[in-house]
Amino acid sequence: MLDDFFVRAILAGVGLALTTGPLGCFIIWRRMAYFGDTIAHSALLGVALSLLFEVNLTLAVFAVAALVSVLLLFLQKRQALSADALLGILSHATLAIGLVMVAFMSWVRIDLIAFLFGDILAVSTTDIALIWGGGLFVLAAIAWLWRPLLAATVNAELAEAEGLKPERARLFFMLLMAVVIAIAMKIVGIMLITSLLIIPAAAARRFSVTPEIMAVLASLIGAAAVVGGLFGSLTYDTPSGPSIVVAALILFILSLLPRRHRTVMQGQGS
Amino acid sequence: MLSPANDPAGVRGEPLVSLEDVGVLRNGRWLVRGVDFSVSRGEIVTLIGPNGSGKSTSAKAAIGVLKPDEGRVERKPGLKVGYVPQKLSIDWTLPLTVRRLMTLTGPLPERDMHAALEAAGIAHMLGAEVQHLSGGEFQRALMARAIARKPDLLVLDEPVQGVDFAGEIALYDLIKSIRNLSGCGILLISHDLHVVMAETDTVICLNGHVCCRGTPEAVSRSPEYVRLFGSRAAQTLAVYSHHHDHTHLPDGRVRHADGSVTDHCRPDDGHHAHAPHEHPHDHDHDHDHDHAHDAHAHDGQHAHDHAHEHAHSRSGEGRHA
Repeated sequence: MLDDFFVRAILAGVGLALTTGPLGCFIIWRRMAYFGDTIAHSALLGVALSLLFEVNLTLAVFAVAALVSVLLLFLQKRQALSADALLGILSHATLAIGLVMVAFMSWVRIDLIAFLFGDILAVSTTDIALIWGGGLFVLAAIAWLWRPLLAATVNAELAEAEGLKPERARLFFMLLMAVVIAIAMKIVGIMLITSLLIIPAAAARRFSVTPEIMAVLASLIGAAAVVGGLFGSLTYDTPSGPSIVVAALILFILSLLPRRHRTVMQGQGS
Repeated sequence: MLSPANDPAGVRGEPLVSLEDVGVLRNGRWLVRGVDFSVSRGEIVTLIGPNGSGKSTSAKAAIGVLKPDEGRVERKPGLKVGYVPQKLSIDWTLPLTVRRLMTLTGPLPERDMHAALEAAGIAHMLGAEVQHLSGGEFQRALMARAIARKPDLLVLDEPVQGVDFAGEIALYDLIKSIRNLSGCGILLISHDLHVVMAETDTVICLNGHVCCRGTPEAVSRSPEYVRLFGSRAAQTLAVYSHHHDHTHLPDGRVRHADGSVTDHCRPDDGHHAHAPHEHPHDHDHDHDHDHAHDAHAHDGQHAHDHAHEHAHSRSGEGRHA
């Protein structure tokens, strides 16, 4: 069964979507969408470095993404520029440096489009193992960090005052983002990774009453988007990565449709 | 002012947290400097002061959210803090019911959760999303969350903001009963003094440093002062709003009333017209009150040295009266 490229693509995509669900929830709760984009763009610099030094691609991408996250944390603390401007600078600077470096390396011929938009139909069994192994690791770490991360999302000082470690949780969260981006790059590509983080989580919002439910729903909606997008790309012969994003968008729009009015339970008082 | 004589619960021991000469420096500016106070079990300490006077900063230094750049903060090992921050906005994308808010920083027995919500008067809101609560309801929910975890030290930063007057009194009653029932220490930050006064053990007035401190409770036993605090408006404020005799310059230095400029704001550096003193509220009331009032009101000229001395000389015995 794993011989079939389509089955491999679905397995890889679903594995990734299950991982990005909870992570994506934090991205939108903490208003870090642009941050996610910046880390994703820095992945191209990782690609260029991996080619230059002939090291493992995933490892190089993770290293650069992690470095950029830590650099961002550091620069934000210095408060020299607004976080927004810093993200804008780092996002496009890393992308541009990556592109320039690739252009200089005349001895390698690489398919830039595959890195920018992903090539899920080309995933190998090794890739699937990496996605599921990495994904399970990320999910376990998120579960472990859940309470401090959530409390810090509500208010970092409150979390700190009541004995949690919000700073540490934040650092770990950024490293987990770097891991996800490193393993997601092959599937949806650098330009579209953030959409797989944000859109399923946004679609899950209206059906959730607790953060935990939203995280699980985001995973499921992401998985549905992967399956739907891949079948769509097969049927209409469209590029697979963008098709997945379009499928996620359709699910998000469906989530916005008015539902039968349901009164919110507030007990007898009101 | 921590003497057992004005200890209502009779269980006050070593401080839960104590600050010694604490200063917090941010971007080359001292937010506060030379702050020292402590909170013990069963004690309510209220920080008051104008905007930007370092109330929140001092409280955050006390609970370890801010690291002081000078001085020492000592907390009892294993101190359990319940914190209601001044500003808290929850993004609407985060689905959070009151029930889920209650267990935000740690698990909670169902019974404690209900008891705390009951005490805060919002038990019927258990299933409501926090984004749908009114300002007052949200404040109560935050308070319920903080007390449900049975803290040793409860830190409330402007807990009655957005609460109407009736609700305000109810919240202060709640604070009082929390103290009386659980015996926890309470560090309260407030700008509205009138209601706070009656239950506070120690009032600390900040303006970048500790300007003055007093024990309104002992005072409240005197009929004249009850009338004063009871009538809540202008007179009460007059007692505690004295003219600050120095200006904090933009670069962090301090210009004093005598025209001199120093780079910090120590109360005991001789530049201040009023040396650090206890508001002489707790002395015997056998002398002329108008006279004593001058001492409280700090008429800005500080032409009442003798009143201060008088207060000092009596405060020792007054505490135990």
